[in-house]
Amino acid sequence: MKRRRFHPLQIITYIGVWIPLAILLWDLTQDNLGADIIREATLRTGKTALVLLVLSLAITPVSTILNYKPLLKLRRPLGLYSFMYASIHFAIFIGVDYFFDLTLIKEALLEKRYAIVGLTTGLILLVLAITSTQGWKRRLKKRWAQLHKLAYLAGFLATVHFAWLVKQGVVEPWIWMGVVLILLLARVPPVKRFTISVRSRSASWLHRCISRAR
Amino acid sequence: MRKISPSEITPEHVYLSRRELLKSMGILMGGAALLAACNGNPPTLTLEPGLPGDPTIDPVDPSASSNVDELGDPLNTFDDITNYNNFYEFTTDKIDVARLAEGYPTSTWEIQVGGLVHNPTTFSMDDLRNFEIEERIYRMRCVEAWSMVIPWMGFPLSKLLAKVEPKAEATYVRFETIHDTKGMPGFSKYPFYQWPYVEGLRMDEAMHDLTLISTGLYGKDLLPQNGAPARLVVPWKYGFKSIKSIVKIDLVTEMPISLWMNAAPNEYGFYANVNPEVDHPRWSQGSERRIGELGRRETLMFNGYADEVAALYSGMDLAINF
Repeated sequence: MKRRRFHPLQIITYIGVWIPLAILLWDLTQDNLGADIIREATLRTGKTALVLLVLSLAITPVSTILNYKPLLKLRRPLGLYSFMYASIHFAIFIGVDYFFDLTLIKEALLEKRYAIVGLTTGLILLVLAITSTQGWKRRLKKRWAQLHKLAYLAGFLATVHFAWLVKQGVVEPWIWMGVVLILLLARVPPVKRFTISVRSRSASWLHRCISRAR
Repeated sequence: MRKISPSEITPEHVYLSRRELLKSMGILMGGAALLAACNGNPPTLTLEPGLPGDPTIDPVDPSASSNVDELGDPLNTFDDITNYNNFYEFTTDKIDVARLAEGYPTSTWEIQVGGLVHNPTTFSMDDLRNFEIEERIYRMRCVEAWSMVIPWMGFPLSKLLAKVEPKAEATYVRFETIHDTKGMPGFSKYPFYQWPYVEGLRMDEAMHDLTLISTGLYGKDLLPQNGAPARLVVPWKYGFKSIKSIVKIDLVTEMPISLWMNAAPNEYGFYANVNPEVDHPRWSQGSERRIGELGRRETLMFNGYADEVAALYSGMDLAINF
């Protein structure tokens, strides 16, 4: 039997992604979520889903800059756990906040733009989660990479969903939107080539400095 | 009069303490709630001691004359009311307001009442204490679609206005919150807003008997997070109309522009009456989450005070005058 070896970063990731949920459940038992538990739980799970998705999107550019390939192993789990938190977020909305009141859910979910955008984001993540396996990767061949570029759209829509829920003057969602756009920009071929050239030049410069010092 | 015990009142909705809610969430995760959902009923949970509306609530501190409002819905707890606040002068984080507002000095307070009045007056806290304080149990519906039931202490605004004798030409009342840039961290943190916090009422709204100047809740003086030492309470309007920590009241002829009207004129109007028919541009106002409950309740026209106030708006298009 082939023994699967985990990179330390994978172990940190697989443990780390459960921490927000553990804190949420702990705070729930300790009555630490304030008066409006449902809102707080919804906000926290939504925020965690967004952060994990952004981290997943950050993996490729960061591994390019650092020239460190093992990082790429984290891209899929971060995306999948983002989907997990998005699912909890949605389940709280449907089952706890609206308590399966279909009339109210229909009104809230299908008539309000923030909810439509949130639902769209969730559906994209669902498709990406389903097709995240090696089997689907093989089956979809080239189209798999194209399909999974939708992660950027999901990231962007998640920040729109966030921005449309806050009051005027709250800047946080716009910061996240900026981060997603920067990460998208980093994938544009000329930008990527530029990053690589800066990296190799600085690496050789560093190398020369070290040799001279010797 | 026979005292009605809460067990005799069957509220339409189930009310839960946070621990009950927690348990139900556990049930939900187990999937059992899915079954409950199929027959369309929220789960029924029995009343336990310590729940809002429970007769075992400490009668002295905090105290209220009743455990329920006139619709039979239980009061929110003192703890919820004093630890979940929108008060951007301190912070936009509702849970953190209480901590940041703790110990905010309000003992040497004055309210200047002027403008188009015959008798401009500066009211000290002692002056305010001379008004006959009564308890009013009101629903508070936030524009963010959550609500609470709060036993306020206070007196009708009309009594205060009577003392200053408004001139005939006064048509609106303009209120202002303290603009204490040193003592409150929000002003420098949120420069986006046009401080100070301003709100306004039409003269007939201001004179309405439901309109309250509140100085306390649950039989105690207001805490800073709730708008100490004196705030407005207009129960048929969204919560943001009920301006906190008032320092200035002016009678004017022009419709005051509130902070929220300035911040988003398409979203927050002058009237801001609770209205399930007129949605916020970004979310539904058809339902609300009563703090402490699972699920949602339908929002009532004028927050359930239609009988008292609907006449004020007869002939007005409330979708335009939102």
